[in-house]
Amino acid sequence: MTAVDFNTVLPEVILALYAMAALMFGVYTGKDRVAVPLVWATAGLFVALALWIGLAGEGDRTAFHGMFNDDPFSRFSKVVILLSTAAVLVMSQDYMSRWNLLRFEFPVIVTLAVTGMMMMVSAGDLMALYMGLELQSLALYVTAAIRRDSAKSSEAGLKYFVLGSLSSGMLLFGASLVYGFTGTTQFDGIFVAVQADVSLGLLFGLVFMLAGLAFKISAAPFHMWTPDVYEGSPTPVTAFFATAPKVAAMALIARLAWDAFGSIPAQWGQVLAAMSVLSMYLGAIAAIGQKDIKRLMAYSSIAHMGYALIGLAAATTGTPDQAVQGVQAMLIYMAIYVTMGVGSFAFILGMERDGRPVTDIASLKMLSKSEPLKALALLALFFSLAGVPPFIGFYAKFAVLKAAVDAGMVWLAVAGGIASVIGAFYYLRVVYFIYFGDTEDPAESRMSAVQWVLMMAVAAILVLGAINLFGIEGPALTAAKSLVL
Amino acid sequence: MAQQLLNIILFLPLVAALIMALFLRGDDEAARGNAKYLALFATIATFLASLFLLAEFDPSNPDFQFVSESNWILGLKWRLGVDGISILFVLLTTFLMPLVIWSAWDVTKRVKEYMIAFLILETLMIGVFGALDLVMFYLFFEAGLIPMFLIIGVWGGVNRIYAAFKFFLYTFLGSVLMLVAMIFMYMDAGTTCIGACGEGQVSLLTHTFSFEAFDLLGVQVVGGVQTLLFLAFFASFAVKMPMWPFHTWLPDAHVQAPTAGSVILAAIMLKMGGYGFLRFSIPMFPVASDLLAPLVFWMSAIAVVYTSLVAIVQSDMKKLIAYSSVAHMGYVTMGIFAINQQGLDGAIFQMISHGFISGALFLCVGVIYDRMHTREIDAYGGLVNRMPAYAMVFMFFTMANVGLPGTSGFVGEFLTIMGIYQVNTWIAFFAASGVIFSASYALWLYRRVIFGTLTKDSLKLISDMTTREKLIFAPLVAMTLFLGVYPSAVTDIIGPSVTHLIENYLAALPAVAEQAAMH
Repeated sequence: MTAVDFNTVLPEVILALYAMAALMFGVYTGKDRVAVPLVWATAGLFVALALWIGLAGEGDRTAFHGMFNDDPFSRFSKVVILLSTAAVLVMSQDYMSRWNLLRFEFPVIVTLAVTGMMMMVSAGDLMALYMGLELQSLALYVTAAIRRDSAKSSEAGLKYFVLGSLSSGMLLFGASLVYGFTGTTQFDGIFVAVQADVSLGLLFGLVFMLAGLAFKISAAPFHMWTPDVYEGSPTPVTAFFATAPKVAAMALIARLAWDAFGSIPAQWGQVLAAMSVLSMYLGAIAAIGQKDIKRLMAYSSIAHMGYALIGLAAATTGTPDQAVQGVQAMLIYMAIYVTMGVGSFAFILGMERDGRPVTDIASLKMLSKSEPLKALALLALFFSLAGVPPFIGFYAKFAVLKAAVDAGMVWLAVAGGIASVIGAFYYLRVVYFIYFGDTEDPAESRMSAVQWVLMMAVAAILVLGAINLFGIEGPALTAAKSLVL
Repeated sequence: MAQQLLNIILFLPLVAALIMALFLRGDDEAARGNAKYLALFATIATFLASLFLLAEFDPSNPDFQFVSESNWILGLKWRLGVDGISILFVLLTTFLMPLVIWSAWDVTKRVKEYMIAFLILETLMIGVFGALDLVMFYLFFEAGLIPMFLIIGVWGGVNRIYAAFKFFLYTFLGSVLMLVAMIFMYMDAGTTCIGACGEGQVSLLTHTFSFEAFDLLGVQVVGGVQTLLFLAFFASFAVKMPMWPFHTWLPDAHVQAPTAGSVILAAIMLKMGGYGFLRFSIPMFPVASDLLAPLVFWMSAIAVVYTSLVAIVQSDMKKLIAYSSVAHMGYVTMGIFAINQQGLDGAIFQMISHGFISGALFLCVGVIYDRMHTREIDAYGGLVNRMPAYAMVFMFFTMANVGLPGTSGFVGEFLTIMGIYQVNTWIAFFAASGVIFSASYALWLYRRVIFGTLTKDSLKLISDMTTREKLIFAPLVAMTLFLGVYPSAVTDIIGPSVTHLIENYLAALPAVAEQAAMH
């Protein structure tokens, strides 16, 4: 390991060391009594790292003989991951303290998961890919089951673990096939080998790997775990699942597709397009009957992953410029999706009735009477999730649909458009409960100051983003260029 | 200053809404009063500002005026401007808004939110008519659904939720297809600019979309890309208009919406469909417009005859007027697609005049609904005995709706029928028969509600219109009469722009003939 390599992976090293130090600190001092400061320290560290990576990072470097990339693409994803995780951590703290869930391990495990995600988005080799993915997944399995005395939470953890292992197995099987047919685990090497010859075995390997990764972003038809795990896990954990890991896995798909199989985009483009259409429609239709807002958010996230996949699928049929546009659209979509996720979960965390947390949609009835400001913010959030202008969610959809039409996949754009109408129905249903209900029996909304600030900030972003999207287009473009060209 | 005038008009109501949302607190009588007065002043100020727009407007120039432009996101531009066609719709909006706000003076349920919804809606509606960029147009067109959805859903009648959802999803489906078409147009033309794009820049109005026939899934698409784009836009505008058979959301939405919501819906939001045809379908897809005009004609003719007949049998006053709106919009679509000076002038005139007349009719229903809380025709009868002033006003607008010469309703119908007669006499025949049908349902409604002896006990104490109500109707009566006797006020303004539209349309068509000759 040379000093240069070490410099390149410094953020990850800091995080890993911090996780271990925090663990020791927690064990030898106050255990759960230090959990609250630990959460804030961890979030602070995430924000500091995000600022450092975002502002100071430049250029295109690799480390460990190409196993690890530090390029604009990975930096963009890392900043999104770090900031969203920091937001989720601080807004979870109050909820977890109140319901006696806050263990000092929680921020530590989340830190490890984030380290894994940062590894994933930087991976330049199948080994690095798997290492990052498993580090992240194992940490997530544990957080799903963090409410140790609840059968539902344990069930969610176990279900996630079993199905997750299956998907990891598929991924490994695919990776071994790819290694077998190309003779290398490095993305660069695979790229060269694929250019020369595409064998059937290699395609098998590619499809297995995509299936394994599709599980991680919960794209249909690999979505089955999502609603149950979202519902069973404690709400802060659900909020975490719905945001950063999705970005990491989506970035990993893009990374694998372009860096390793960039010369045969037509082969994986079809797979992604098919998954995209399936996810959009399954998410839109299955969400209609949901009564629990966490399950609704699960199906909503499936549908949103479908839209983000449009961006990737659209990157496969045209010129490099169009490919850049597709990847850029995907990155913008994910950044906006994560923002909306943080805002919605900030509210969901505060829902309670008779001193117990509730998550059924009917408990939102006539919230507009008792909490007009929060109701207005939720209105903006859900119309934005539905993709109705002028909220920022519309620009996310616009970006991916534009990428699809640009790449000549008008059918995909039309399919996405129609799915968004079906999807609008269930988002409107939430608005219906908030504003139109006739009986007045709303749950209380006891949000902590942090949750309130985050929710209002997101609502403001949704509206003000229409002015210039806070300038994320530029970084997203640089990131997409570094990946594709 | 003049450059920014349109921006000022656009954002004035929005700023008022923001002030209201941020600084008005409480739900007592004083707070409600403040909200109402603030909304009224904001809309009146907007109207006065738009009068400056009219004064500064040069009707002899068919180009876009008051153009302002700045950079926006995703490579898009923020571009506003009006020409002879759109300026009248902007004025119609700003003219009606203060009246609508004033008519909602007696609302007691969540007054502040109600006013905010209307102010935001005004900004969005002005934006639709002033947008000179495809994506901006879509933004305003679509965002207008949100306040309307809430207005129907929160302040509406018994069955408001069904109506609100139907309204939203119907319109949203049409619009999403339009969005895909818009993105395709952007890719094809390389710009989203509608007009006034600057020196040497391509605009969508001058770009020619391909019309070469091709096979799609084994079906030959005559008119090529233009036909597909036309149909995608048609999906949106035909629903918005609404044209038969896409009109079924309208009676529900109108009946369930509160009075002020019905007025806005009928008087302004329906016109967005017609405006869309004028701004997009005809100038951008002339070949497809030519090709599909017969379809539009027949759909319009069916709308005129069929919905008039449906209107006759309605027992709910608002539903009757809603169906009458669909019938009147039928004249507009056939006039637009006749694509000659009389047809287009008539269609635009009909839209403006229908804005006053249908708005006034919904307000008329609102007057007695506020007193009796029912819209059933059977619940009334003999109102003339207790409400002479009301009978007078209702009579006036019933006649205007029928198209009595001397009112603006006559000019619009007459011009469209004249325009359509030059293109297709059968359609003109059906359209003319609609005039008779409209007389039958409108006069019969009037007879049942106003005339006869006042027998029902519940009506014995009904009071006549208050001064506020009279003052609301006064400007509407004045405008209907003024445009009826002096239609040039409108046609002088729209004339050059319409001529320009027709010239461009006719210039685009020979290319088709040439291509046909080559094959």
